Amino acid sequence: MKFDILKHTLVPHHEILSGEDVEKLLKTYKIKKEDLPQMLVTDPVAKAIGAKDGDIVKIVRKSPTAGTSISYRLVVKKEII
Amino acid sequence: MSKITANALIKRGISKKVAEKVAEYYTLSELSKIGYKKLEKKVGTKSAEEIFKKLGRKIPVKKKSKKITRKIPKAKESGNKTKDEIIKIINEKKEYLPETIINEIAESIEKNGAKDKIKKVVEKAIKDYNAHLMEPLEACGIVAAQSIGEPGTQMTMRTFHYAGVAEINVTLGLPRLIEIVDARKEPSTPMMTVYLEGAYRINRDLAKKMANQIEITKMINIADVTVDIGNMKIIVTPNKKAMKRKDIEMNDVMNSLKKVSKAEINEAGEKIEVIPKDKRYTELRRLNDEIKNIKIKGIDEIKRAIIRKEEDEYVIYTEGSNFEKVLQIEGVDKTRTTTNDIHAIYTVLGIEAARNAIIKEAHDTLQEQGLNVDIRHIMLVADIMTADGTVRPVGRQGVTGEKTSVIARAAFEITVDHLLKASRRGEIDGLEGVAENVIVGQPIRLGTGSVELAVDIKKLKSLKVGK
Repeated sequence: MKFDILKHTLVPHHEILSGEDVEKLLKTYKIKKEDLPQMLVTDPVAKAIGAKDGDIVKIVRKSPTAGTSISYRLVVKKEII
Repeated sequence: MSKITANALIKRGISKKVAEKVAEYYTLSELSKIGYKKLEKKVGTKSAEEIFKKLGRKIPVKKKSKKITRKIPKAKESGNKTKDEIIKIINEKKEYLPETIINEIAESIEKNGAKDKIKKVVEKAIKDYNAHLMEPLEACGIVAAQSIGEPGTQMTMRTFHYAGVAEINVTLGLPRLIEIVDARKEPSTPMMTVYLEGAYRINRDLAKKMANQIEITKMINIADVTVDIGNMKIIVTPNKKAMKRKDIEMNDVMNSLKKVSKAEINEAGEKIEVIPKDKRYTELRRLNDEIKNIKIKGIDEIKRAIIRKEEDEYVIYTEGSNFEKVLQIEGVDKTRTTTNDIHAIYTVLGIEAARNAIIKEAHDTLQEQGLNVDIRHIMLVADIMTADGTVRPVGRQGVTGEKTSVIARAAFEITVDHLLKASRRGEIDGLEGVAENVIVGQPIRLGTGSVELAVDIKKLKSLKVGK
């Protein structure tokens, strides 16, 4: 039986950023894609939302200090040793 | 001279007034080269625009000065009035306050009925919030390390009882904190908190049934296994009471006994005889051990499951953990059930869940010892540990060991080895970190050391120094 991991309380809201939003994000923070924290393509959440190598995923975390905080991760292909 | 230029401009379709005005300052050849801004300054925006258009030159697009703006939460129509009002004030000031602070202010204003002072309160809050923000390039890592490290010295070296569930042993205190930070593959005392859904949540019998389904039951738990040496057989006598308690039927027992290798099974009334095919004493002993440890029901890793009533629902605590399998059982709440095994969370729920788990586990461990460490320090550690998409330990094999700077690594451990390897590979040290600069004897590039002073000599020369 499969279950929806996205509904688990430990998993924050994830969404794939559109091309436009990616540019906007990189411009506002004046960064390159590679400067972002990363997540693997093989990550269960990346699979569940269908994120591909090179996508940027927006994460809306519930934060005990700020209510909600927004974070981004770059989806990368990497071999796990 | 200027008339020729003016006429030439009029020929190109520029109005007489503008042409005459411009011709006073520039010739035609000058106009085809002149920068837009210069022209604009001399003749005004409208004329400059007209000339550039008619001469077929491109007007440079004005660059909007871009500021890094933080996202400002927009007022929701359905939200409560006080909150909307606060958000409106913040938006007007083009400032930012996090959600929790807005909620807090709204709550306290509604409680105390100080609506007329709302603007004052919000202004003060914004001022205080901005004053407490961390400066760019402040050494937050060191502050976090100190803030977690110092209370760590006050932690007990070994404690073994979990607050609340006395029956289950759980590593707590310093050993547990080390375990989390080292990102061990398996915690020394894995445990799970299994929440239930639907009827299982409120009905004790159903909850008990669920616990039986999770907890591993071996043959030895529900039956007497004796060896009859004289007749070369093993006699299994199921205990009816134990079976009923564990929710097991005779069929289950028989089915699991069938898996026993190299043996014949006979059911004889209430007893079951197991006869080894190879009639040797050693084989009999091996078979005895195998039968005793045969699994009848449950999940392998989970040694014990205990039900507790918490507020209005029954919760199962388990010794041992198998996150993936437990989540697949029907009746288990798939949204709240957790484990203290961070790697299991990472493989099942992904990196963000692992980050949350690290924060929760580390914070709970410190809290349980009565130490109040600001959660932001722990969040920073968790962020670094999960930055590359996997759960990395802090230390030799992880974050510290992967520093780009040779000198920083050499300063940490096995100095000679690191330097030797680096020289063989021809590594270059950019002297960007803290340790490198301290060793070399330079100011570090943090805080006040992060800015440099540059002097424009030309401007300096043109300055007139007063007497």
